[in-house]
Amino acid sequence: MRVRRLAAWTALPLAVTLGLAACGSGGDGGSGGSGNSAVSIQIGEPKHLVPTNTTETAGAQVLTGLFSPLVDYDAQNKPYEVAAQSITSSDNKVWTIKLKDGFTFHNGQKVTSEDYINAWNYGAYAPNGQDSNYFFEKIAGYPDLQGKEPKAKEMTGLKKVDDLTFTVTLAEPYIDFRTMLGYTAFYPMPEAAFSAPGVLKDSYEQAPIGQGPFKMKGTWQHDSKIDVERYDAYPGEKAKVQNIEFRIYQQLTAAYADVLADNLDVLPTIPSESLSTAPTDLGDRYQTSPMSSFQFLAFPTFDKDYANPDVRKAISMAIDRDEITKSVFKGSQQSARSFVSPVLPGYRENTAGKAGEFNPTEAKKLYQAAGGPKKIVISYNGDGGHKDWVDATVNQLKANLGVDAVGVAEPKFADLLTKVEKKTPVGAFRMGWVMDYPTMEDYLGPLYSTNGSSNYYGYSNPEFDKLVKEGSAAKTQDEAIAKYQQAEDILAKDMPVIPLRFGENVFGHSSKVKNVQMDLFQRVNLVKIEAAS
Amino acid sequence: MFRYILRRLLQMVLAFFGTTLIVYALMFAGQGDPIQALAGERPVTAAQRAYLTEKYHLDATGVGGFFYRYFDYVKSLLQGDLGQSLTGRQIGDILQAAWPVTLKLALIALAVAIIFGVSAGVVAGIRRASIFDNSTLVLTLLVLGIPTIVLAPLAQYFLGVKWQLFPPTAGSQPTFYALLLPGIVLGSLSLATALRLTRTSVAENLRADYVRTARSKGLVKRRIVTVHVLRNSLIPVVTFLGVELGNLMSGAIITEGVFNIPGVGFNLFRGIRTEDGPLVVGIVSVLVVVYLVSNLVVDVLYAVLDPRIRYE
Repeated sequence: MRVRRLAAWTALPLAVTLGLAACGSGGDGGSGGSGNSAVSIQIGEPKHLVPTNTTETAGAQVLTGLFSPLVDYDAQNKPYEVAAQSITSSDNKVWTIKLKDGFTFHNGQKVTSEDYINAWNYGAYAPNGQDSNYFFEKIAGYPDLQGKEPKAKEMTGLKKVDDLTFTVTLAEPYIDFRTMLGYTAFYPMPEAAFSAPGVLKDSYEQAPIGQGPFKMKGTWQHDSKIDVERYDAYPGEKAKVQNIEFRIYQQLTAAYADVLADNLDVLPTIPSESLSTAPTDLGDRYQTSPMSSFQFLAFPTFDKDYANPDVRKAISMAIDRDEITKSVFKGSQQSARSFVSPVLPGYRENTAGKAGEFNPTEAKKLYQAAGGPKKIVISYNGDGGHKDWVDATVNQLKANLGVDAVGVAEPKFADLLTKVEKKTPVGAFRMGWVMDYPTMEDYLGPLYSTNGSSNYYGYSNPEFDKLVKEGSAAKTQDEAIAKYQQAEDILAKDMPVIPLRFGENVFGHSSKVKNVQMDLFQRVNLVKIEAAS
Repeated sequence: MFRYILRRLLQMVLAFFGTTLIVYALMFAGQGDPIQALAGERPVTAAQRAYLTEKYHLDATGVGGFFYRYFDYVKSLLQGDLGQSLTGRQIGDILQAAWPVTLKLALIALAVAIIFGVSAGVVAGIRRASIFDNSTLVLTLLVLGIPTIVLAPLAQYFLGVKWQLFPPTAGSQPTFYALLLPGIVLGSLSLATALRLTRTSVAENLRADYVRTARSKGLVKRRIVTVHVLRNSLIPVVTFLGVELGNLMSGAIITEGVFNIPGVGFNLFRGIRTEDGPLVVGIVSVLVVVYLVSNLVVDVLYAVLDPRIRYE
């Protein structure tokens, strides 16, 4: 009697659950990749999907499918024309851009030079609040579009010649302008995107119309997914798959579990928690490829403790980079001993020279001679997974320099920057950089020039600024690179920052796809990817 | 009864505005640089900064600035406009997409807690000191001891990836089956508490005078348990579960993250991370309403369960 009652009590909830589970599994269509066999790729929720307002990876990944750039980059990371027929200039100041015939927007309209001019003017007009606004600053007439109430709505430097040709006049000669045109901000936008000249429709962002290999299928489903399908009238290289689903994840770990279960096809970044197990979990579906990210330690100029370059060099020599990339990053990043990324034309190894080599005895001697501080502080943002390597670095500094060292976490990168701006002593702080387009100038300009957009540490050397300026105004690429390299040599002398690591794409894919390639900007190549038969 | 409910509803209005004021003040005080927080590690241009500052009145600081922004917020709130998040999306739209899936998840978790927790608690209460009672004690202690941040990834790895019994993630338009595993994980903690509460309460009531009377009247044991004991034992459990419904909705940040469910917890987390004041206040306002309503429902249920309780 007792046993039977017990059985009844347990059986009831069990039966209910099983019944519920049964009707659940009967009625569903599968939450994952079942159905029309779209290839699924992990992304984060994009902030925006307007070309001139997209600067982060998630949005850029979607836009590479919807748009076709004027230039793309080959295996040597040199630009070659895609949507453009030719991009030429005799003086690097007035550039003539001829478009390829045959490109149409996804609404059927022909792509003309006006679509480029309108889109770029929209991006440069300050009241539109576009994230990529500053990419247009080299074009003549840009200053007139800035401020609260700008004087003009169109840049004087953009002139239509005919339907497929336009000229761009720069304020000053810029040798890398052709390379720069591969960036997301320089896509065209169709007439249909605007409700009036210079006014973008609110709805455009929900289903952007581009001229690329894929077109939107439905609209952007926020926090959920973005579906695209192949655009058959695309004149360039045709995609191998019919449909792609950009699935939005909030956490990489969730996406990683889905890749393991074949529920998601491509995960462009393996979460750091899984780096040690991923090679065995995924086998040959675990892959790496070059990427442009660069991690370094910066020293605010207002902090007198680190003002002597020898102190910074000594700290650099006391860090065993190879040990950290091996033990903390499991080989997913490379030690950095130069100030620009190895993916660039003009990159040289070990430009930091002796200061980049691990040499604890020499480091200690130099540190004491230069009178470095008794306590070294390294600040970092606590939300980016930096604790492990900062702790390892701090321990190395303690052991090799015989000083006290401590890592201090700020909640967010923004909090760290606020402190630096208020000149709160934060000690050294971590920074990272990912390029926008492959030229040395895209590292030297923003990171080390006096007015650089990411020069939060206030490094300033007039001679360096002059060399970078001369480089970008050079007549030929070789001449430019020579100037840039001279500028980099100055950095090695001044050591304003300590290079630490260069990143790599570390990605994985399911057994349902093959030929997964990733570019320098952490984006999956959507044209090359194939379904595994 | 009707008057009581009306009075409670009026109190709710006050409580609602009080909490929004507090939450808004907290977000306001804790705000560092939301524009940089939104941009992450990318540099923010002067043009972009000026644009966002003007659009969201970020230059209104200090006490005056706070009240200016708060009343601005309340004014549009009264017109049914929750405002825009810093990425330019309507917060109303975000909530509309987030609530249904979170509600589904919370209801599954609550169902798990009721079905397994209450029934096992009743059995354990009746069979005190039996093997069943002792083994549930050990199991519940174990569940209460493991935090969700460990339990959720473990369940996902073993049940979702290794043995593939459940889909490893749920997504934004999940099927009931895909939500079952996150629901069980989320509900397991409430399950354990509900089980302990029911067990104690049942065990206590079994010794009460009215049970002895019922037994001596010659009633069947099943009737004594289901009609007399259960009804009287449920009061603490209902109190707990009512409050728990609110907790399950707001406290699903970890579970929603692990199983990729873009619900309320996820948006709250994102809002806090990017210092998105309007988004956080919007979500919390709705959560406050959920708490207030579920509390009211619990209080009314008391009267149903125990006729001795009367509201005037």
